[in-house]
Amino acid sequence: MNEKKKGPIAHIVKRPDISLKEATAIRAGAIVLSILVCALVTFLLTGDDPLSVFRTIWEGSFASERRLWVLLQNVSILLIISLAMAPAFRMRFWNIGGEGQVMMGVLATASCMIMLGGKVPEPVLIVIEIVAAIAAGAIWAAIPAFFKSRWNTNETLFTLMMNYVATQLVAYFIIIWESPRGSGKIGIINQQTQAGWLPQIGEYKYLLTVVVAAALTVFLHIYMTKSKHGYELAVVGESERTARYIGIKVGRVFIRTMLLSGAICGIAGLLMVGSTDHTMTTTLAGGRGFTAVMVAWMAKFNPIGMIFTSFLLAFLGKGAGEVATQFGLNQSFSDILSSIIIFFLIGCEFFIQYRIVFRKEAK
Amino acid sequence: MENRVPAVRMSGITKTFGSVVANHDVSIEIQRGEILSLLGENGSGKTTLMNMLSGIYCPDSGQIEVDGKEVSIRSPKDALSLGIGMIHQHYKLVDVMNATQNIILGLKEDKYDLKAASGRVREICERYGFDLNPEQKVYDMTVSQKQTVEIVKVLYRKADILILDEPTAVLTPQETEKLFDVLRNMKKDNKAVIIITHKLNEVLEISDRVDILRAGEFIGSLKTSETTAQEMTDMMVGHAVALNIHRPEPKNPVPRIKVSGLTVRSEEGLLKLDDVSFTANSGEILGIAGISNSGQKELLEAISGLQPVESGDITYISPEGQATSLIGKDPLDIQRLGVALSFVPEDRLGMGLVGNMDMTDNMMLRTFRKGRGLFVDRGTPKGTAQKVKDRLEVVTPGLSTPVRRLSGGNVQKVLVGREIASAPSVLLTAYAVRGLDINSSYAIYDLMNQQKENGVAVIYVGEDLDVLLELADRILVLCGGKVSGILDGRKTNKYQVGSMMTTLGGGEAK
Repeated sequence: MNEKKKGPIAHIVKRPDISLKEATAIRAGAIVLSILVCALVTFLLTGDDPLSVFRTIWEGSFASERRLWVLLQNVSILLIISLAMAPAFRMRFWNIGGEGQVMMGVLATASCMIMLGGKVPEPVLIVIEIVAAIAAGAIWAAIPAFFKSRWNTNETLFTLMMNYVATQLVAYFIIIWESPRGSGKIGIINQQTQAGWLPQIGEYKYLLTVVVAAALTVFLHIYMTKSKHGYELAVVGESERTARYIGIKVGRVFIRTMLLSGAICGIAGLLMVGSTDHTMTTTLAGGRGFTAVMVAWMAKFNPIGMIFTSFLLAFLGKGAGEVATQFGLNQSFSDILSSIIIFFLIGCEFFIQYRIVFRKEAK
Repeated sequence: MENRVPAVRMSGITKTFGSVVANHDVSIEIQRGEILSLLGENGSGKTTLMNMLSGIYCPDSGQIEVDGKEVSIRSPKDALSLGIGMIHQHYKLVDVMNATQNIILGLKEDKYDLKAASGRVREICERYGFDLNPEQKVYDMTVSQKQTVEIVKVLYRKADILILDEPTAVLTPQETEKLFDVLRNMKKDNKAVIIITHKLNEVLEISDRVDILRAGEFIGSLKTSETTAQEMTDMMVGHAVALNIHRPEPKNPVPRIKVSGLTVRSEEGLLKLDDVSFTANSGEILGIAGISNSGQKELLEAISGLQPVESGDITYISPEGQATSLIGKDPLDIQRLGVALSFVPEDRLGMGLVGNMDMTDNMMLRTFRKGRGLFVDRGTPKGTAQKVKDRLEVVTPGLSTPVRRLSGGNVQKVLVGREIASAPSVLLTAYAVRGLDINSSYAIYDLMNQQKENGVAVIYVGEDLDVLLELADRILVLCGGKVSGILDGRKTNKYQVGSMMTTLGGGEAK
């Protein structure tokens, strides 16, 4: 039996459903591994001590109270945008236009502050701002949904393109409203009057954002698991044919859900301009519209799970940035580190679904 | 004879998919010049076992020997080089090419010589008695001709161990006869033939030996000449079942659905239903027979509002005697009008159920709109789910297990159970027992009969003529989208129905 052919060295086997404990262990393992690789890369490229790299990642978020607040604000904004992604993705509507929808919220808020600041009473201005930001985001998101339900256009490309349109609109208005003249940017809007600035809770500048994020998390959790709308969109996502068969108007669900997604993105834009930054730049969303897709995906579109995933990504992002600064490296280096971490996080999902069986050595 | 080396011996084969054990320690063998039936209910692991022999899956453990030599089959190509060829249930042919082109597709021959290839195809056809024109385009072919192409394709590649997965599922009785003649010729030519099936009469008719699987395990091997349908059923199911279907007389039937001159075109503009007229009565089961894709799906979809109608009329007459036209109404309108249509679609998971949701949520598909307010009520559907589970003996780890994890038969029970739970006055079912094991099939027949006795008009689209003939009061035969005839279920026979399925009006009965 010497010429006996051997089976493949390893093959992939689908796992039975694994317990949450095991899955968490695999994910934790992936994070540890990714940090080790980050340390190795840093060491090889810069010769710095890997241990200090870890410390720096930690310090990026927790070294001071201010940093902690910044982290919380980052987590909250990322969480809000991710929450906006969740219903559409549950519906298998691949909305990657979060970036543009946020930017429209930013533009709407900034324009209200600039055009109406000082001309209407403060409470009225704030109400108008809120409505405008929500409407702008919602409309921006509903346009691709409308085309999809009418002519079955591809929502991925459509929402992606809408991002560029939104960013360029913002760029255009920055030139129109630039201040001081010739600087090519908008400084702090209404710095003296603080007109249109959202109220601050106590002395905590970032607390409002955190509170809104928490409220939205609870709202979306209930919306997706308990409401008729949530049930309908889950059915549409699982099987459009089944949805039609039981009489759900699929096109209407697309539009309705995207209105909600866009509205929440609009709120994110509102908070960024109205509560924390008080200015408008083309990079204000900073790619978080895309990062949010990952946050939502890693949490399996579960709003509660997204608290953890958005925290994780925001924390690692801050840490990577801090490593780049502390060790005198440029921004690209922190991008490399973030990418390594994300690669491991997404890659480990494979091992949650499957395991690899190696051929047992024949005797 | 017993000590000959078998053509194939599979021993101790185990294969799992996640937590599902598809095959557990299964051992079978087949000799050359033998036809072996692999019998088992759906989900018993027949197809999985054969997929491992034909190189689609790799066994988790166990050995495969061909002609006494241990082999490792990693791909269908490996299998073919060992002379093993499988004809799957779903044909993989290129429509715009002709038979020969499809047959030589993917072969690396020295030169592309279509004429020579056609000659060889013809030779194979003559040798085994296939009825095939090598120059015919696939889009012009009937299902049976397409199957022939698939079989010749495997023979052309010099396979001498053939596996056919439920080859008769899509054939008329006449076509089945022809196929069996061909298989017998192959047997004479010393080829080994394995057919996967769950039809007992076919096992008895064609095979020499039958291997029975149940729930992934090998149960036993019988000589066909020494067994009976009853014995095989008992082994397949694990306990004795009665084999005749109850058919009560209809009680004061009155028209419930009237269809007149119904014409339907597909999105591509093909005529799917052509001037179809019939009446379905309350308290009666109207069976619909026809070769697959003769307009059955379109007919049911038109009645339930899923399919736009070109011309003709569908009228629903409520138990109170009120007539309403269903044309131009969408499924929700039809439900809201109080017209209760229950429809078991052909592909259960693709259209009737949501695979990733649990039983409760699937029950809710029909009822979630009930009640005002923004929130869904999961209490009532949970009760329904429990009832369906108990009454139909659905095997599931629990009500909160996603239905995609249930076996085909249990999925079907969930679907039929839900449709019946909505207390319909018209019950439309397509292939309600497709893929169900014998026990579950009989449970479904009982349910149909109960509905019938409650005065529901049942329209039953079926594939198994034997069942249709025993269950239905009247049988409407469709042929190419036209009504070929409406027969009395008690007074007709399989061959009459079969010939009406292939020829309008049933011209040349066998």
